[in-house]
Amino acid sequence: AAVPSQVVPGADPCARQLCFAWGPAEVLVCETLFGRRGGSPSRGTGGPGRASPPGALTGCVAGSGEAGPSTSRLFVVRKDQDIYIQTLRKLFNESHGIFIGLQRSEEELAGKSRKAQLVQVSKNYRSVIRACMEDMHQAAMSARDPALHSQYSTQVSILSAMELIWNLCEILFVEAAGAGPLLLRLLDWVRLHVCDVDNMVREVLSSENPSKHELFWNVVDVFVLQGRMDEARHLLAKEASANPTSVNMYKILDDLMKKMPVPSLGNTQTLTEMELKWQHWHEECQRYLQDGTFASNSHMESICKILLGDEDAILEKKELMTTWYHFLVTQLLYSHPTVKPMELRMDLFLGGESSPEPLDMILMAAFEFEMHQVIKECSIALSNWWFVAHLTDLLDHCKLLQSHNLYFGSNMREFLLLEYASGLFSHHSLWQLGVDYFDHCPEYGRVYLELHIERIPLNTEQKALKVLRICEQRQMHEQVRSICKIMAMKALRNNRLGSALSWSIRAKDAAFATLISDRFLKDYCERGCFSDLDLIDNLGPSMLLSDRLTFLGKYREFHRLYGEKRFSEAAKLLLMLMTAHIAPCSFWMTLLTDALPLLEQKEVVFSAEQTYELMRCLEDLTAGRSDKKKFQDDDIETVKVEMLRLALARNLARVIVKEGTLEGS
Amino acid sequence: AMEDVCAKFVSQKISKARWRPLPAAALQTPDVFATGSWDNEDNRISIWSVGDLGNVGLGGEYQGEPQLLCDIGHNGDVMDMQFLDQERIVVASSTGTVTVFRHHQNNQTLSASQRWEKAHYHVDQDTPCGGAACTGVICNNSEIVTVGEDGRINLFRVDQKDAVRTIDNADSSTLHAVTFLRTTEILTVNSIGQLKIWDLRQQRNEPSQIFSLTGDRVPLHCVDRHPNQQHIVATGGQDGMLSIWDIRQGTMPVSLLNAHEAEMWEVHFHPSNPDHLFTCSEDGSLWHWDTSTDISEKPSFLHQGGRSTTYFSHNTTNQSVISAWLSNDPTKDRMEITNLIPNQTLSVNSLDILGPCLVYGTDAEAIYVNRQLFA
Repeated sequence: AAVPSQVVPGADPCARQLCFAWGPAEVLVCETLFGRRGGSPSRGTGGPGRASPPGALTGCVAGSGEAGPSTSRLFVVRKDQDIYIQTLRKLFNESHGIFIGLQRSEEELAGKSRKAQLVQVSKNYRSVIRACMEDMHQAAMSARDPALHSQYSTQVSILSAMELIWNLCEILFVEAAGAGPLLLRLLDWVRLHVCDVDNMVREVLSSENPSKHELFWNVVDVFVLQGRMDEARHLLAKEASANPTSVNMYKILDDLMKKMPVPSLGNTQTLTEMELKWQHWHEECQRYLQDGTFASNSHMESICKILLGDEDAILEKKELMTTWYHFLVTQLLYSHPTVKPMELRMDLFLGGESSPEPLDMILMAAFEFEMHQVIKECSIALSNWWFVAHLTDLLDHCKLLQSHNLYFGSNMREFLLLEYASGLFSHHSLWQLGVDYFDHCPEYGRVYLELHIERIPLNTEQKALKVLRICEQRQMHEQVRSICKIMAMKALRNNRLGSALSWSIRAKDAAFATLISDRFLKDYCERGCFSDLDLIDNLGPSMLLSDRLTFLGKYREFHRLYGEKRFSEAAKLLLMLMTAHIAPCSFWMTLLTDALPLLEQKEVVFSAEQTYELMRCLEDLTAGRSDKKKFQDDDIETVKVEMLRLALARNLARVIVKEGTLEGS
Repeated sequence: AMEDVCAKFVSQKISKARWRPLPAAALQTPDVFATGSWDNEDNRISIWSVGDLGNVGLGGEYQGEPQLLCDIGHNGDVMDMQFLDQERIVVASSTGTVTVFRHHQNNQTLSASQRWEKAHYHVDQDTPCGGAACTGVICNNSEIVTVGEDGRINLFRVDQKDAVRTIDNADSSTLHAVTFLRTTEILTVNSIGQLKIWDLRQQRNEPSQIFSLTGDRVPLHCVDRHPNQQHIVATGGQDGMLSIWDIRQGTMPVSLLNAHEAEMWEVHFHPSNPDHLFTCSEDGSLWHWDTSTDISEKPSFLHQGGRSTTYFSHNTTNQSVISAWLSNDPTKDRMEITNLIPNQTLSVNSLDILGPCLVYGTDAEAIYVNRQLFA
């Protein structure tokens, strides 16, 4: 996308052929042997997903494997570097809450209160940036390692620039106040962000006698340039009391400053009224300047010129403004009301011939109301998607971006949110935040979520449950099945049949439940006893998930009845398992063998009718089998069949006698 | 009230939060708690102070946010955590290892003082990655009981190298949590909706009693026992349902209460005021259940951002001990329920209450402390 070209350290396309695999938030770069040494192409294995070792993902670029002449190296290149900065996690988490709040607030309010709400959201975002900046500053202060210190300091300045841009966008686009109040907001913005002179102001104000301080007039100028009239007048009053001779001159200037018309925040005056007052005041200043009232004091004369919006006079104080945007706002304030940024002599601030800094370009674009340019420049300049994604989303909620559609993907808001959320998903821990962002991307969010969620490593059942909950809440049936299957397979490999079964029950995966049931039955056949009775005895309604599971449950019930010596119930159930075809054919011989001890009981258990049915089952089984193939272990099988036949015949004889006797009596 | 809650973003997802116990007969309120993280590349155990440290404002209200006292790395996700005493914390890891950490209060450091490697494991303990997550741990004096994904129950005694008792394959499904019922008996809950009592004096490797949810066997994730009336047990399930059991009778819960919309991760009776109960959930909510108010005197009861509660009663046998939790008089089958988190987003994984203080931790990487719960 908009990320400038980056150099992957260590990867040298001249020495080795490189190949690429594009992931959602990462690029896999691997060195190949293709075209060299005449060998066959060697391919990098594993993707940036679940298969790759987590160790290879640390940092922006990581090489893996030992450096040998024949081993190829593997690089994982990430798109969103800032995601991995520990201190910024606070920013990501806290702003996530604000983002969700904004999406939920969906337009219940109209007009003014809606705007107030959006401004509040914007302020909340900024306060998170500021809090993060504060933390980063603390970290920089306490960092002993100089490299670390400078890294933190860089982050502080980036965060500070982000807040500066956001604040300006808030004033110009979100709040979009009318001409008068807009100017007041811009002045606040300048005061908040041009902090270079704050130390000087503090020094002068805290000195014993401020008016004697060598920087006294500088501070007065700073106040005037920033439109802080009351503070400037307060300082001047001190100076005036120290100079009784020129008290009149001070009084006049003080009066001018007091009378300066200030745009009101309320709707109490119309723009025309304001214009009129302004013109009147402007003429008054002009008069005093021309009649030489301030001629004896160059400081006061220059202040008067500033009040008149004299560009040269303002530019003389260039050092006190430090930035072109301060100059712009001051010029706006005093040359009221029409000034265009491009007409300002900003080259004086931008350091001569060199091209302007990205920050300047962004702010300039904002002043020209080029919203898309602001977003574009920010995307290029910043090493994160957080800023553009959240700002664009906010502007979209202000209904400022509706008309703009990209020629790829969906709209810009969604595009940027998808990029940001993909970055979150590439992070081992922040992926949970990404889910909610995808949820609010109507076009592609779902597809992205489906692709990303499958790559989350499931190292504990607890984590799997969390991922599963995300999928279930969104009816992502395919992913639910896949997660449960992965977990069931894991459990099966660990010989945890009970866990495996409960995972497949959760996914309602009948096929897998059948597979596990077969494992239980196989274990039973081999060992002659059931494992995991606590589970099998308590299957409840989930028994109905698969026929085999039903059989397992019922078969276990037969054993319980037998164990409790409830023989006739046991016999009935056993027969039913075969006649109702609940038992798989492969298991019939086992069931018939289980019937043997019942046939040998002192008391007759099977009725005549039941005995005939057992016989038919046995004959069906042997007939069906001998047709197809010869038994492998013929001998044992033949003996078993013979034993069964004998037992059945004897039982039949006994039961006929018994039933005959009963009838006769 | 919400304004008494202070939050701190800690740049790690919090899986457990526990108050340090107070010395017996102490009058002060708790001021130190421990947290554990999960799903990080390097997980940590951290000790926090909400001590007054000169931060008490006028009227004695508490103002500052939690301050980190010390922390230490932990191998694997922190699955569960319990204070053994004032200084030692037992931590269960997703690697199957159980570690005892000691908090040195004189120089504010943490160190691992004892470790049972792979107390829980699959198939073969000696294979390099055969560990199975240890999902629950509970302490009683010097005895430590752990349960895990391997369905195993271990009884350790602190300062003893080997397990005192191990029940292999105690449960064929995953054991999610454990608590002491009495000194020699424990309660476990598992992933097929069962509550089991184990008597550790008996050599039989089987539970002495099994209780079970009816209908769908919804997994149970947490369990707590009433501090005074030991027959009353509360559990929380995957569907967010709170179940109250009377282990003297029946095999089914006495009541099922609709609460959360997703997994209930923890349930705690207030240790000294057990008419109050607290639950937290994957859905990002934390509920306070209050049975202390006599509802019949009030025309209606208030919900703060919560939804109304349905109540099913399953058992109508006579009750000798009158407890609000087992009450089944339909006119009184109500309790005041308050959701303590209005704008919920991500999961609240853990909570702990002691005296008037509540602490909880979330997947949104924040810890919250409320020191005036009943104000």
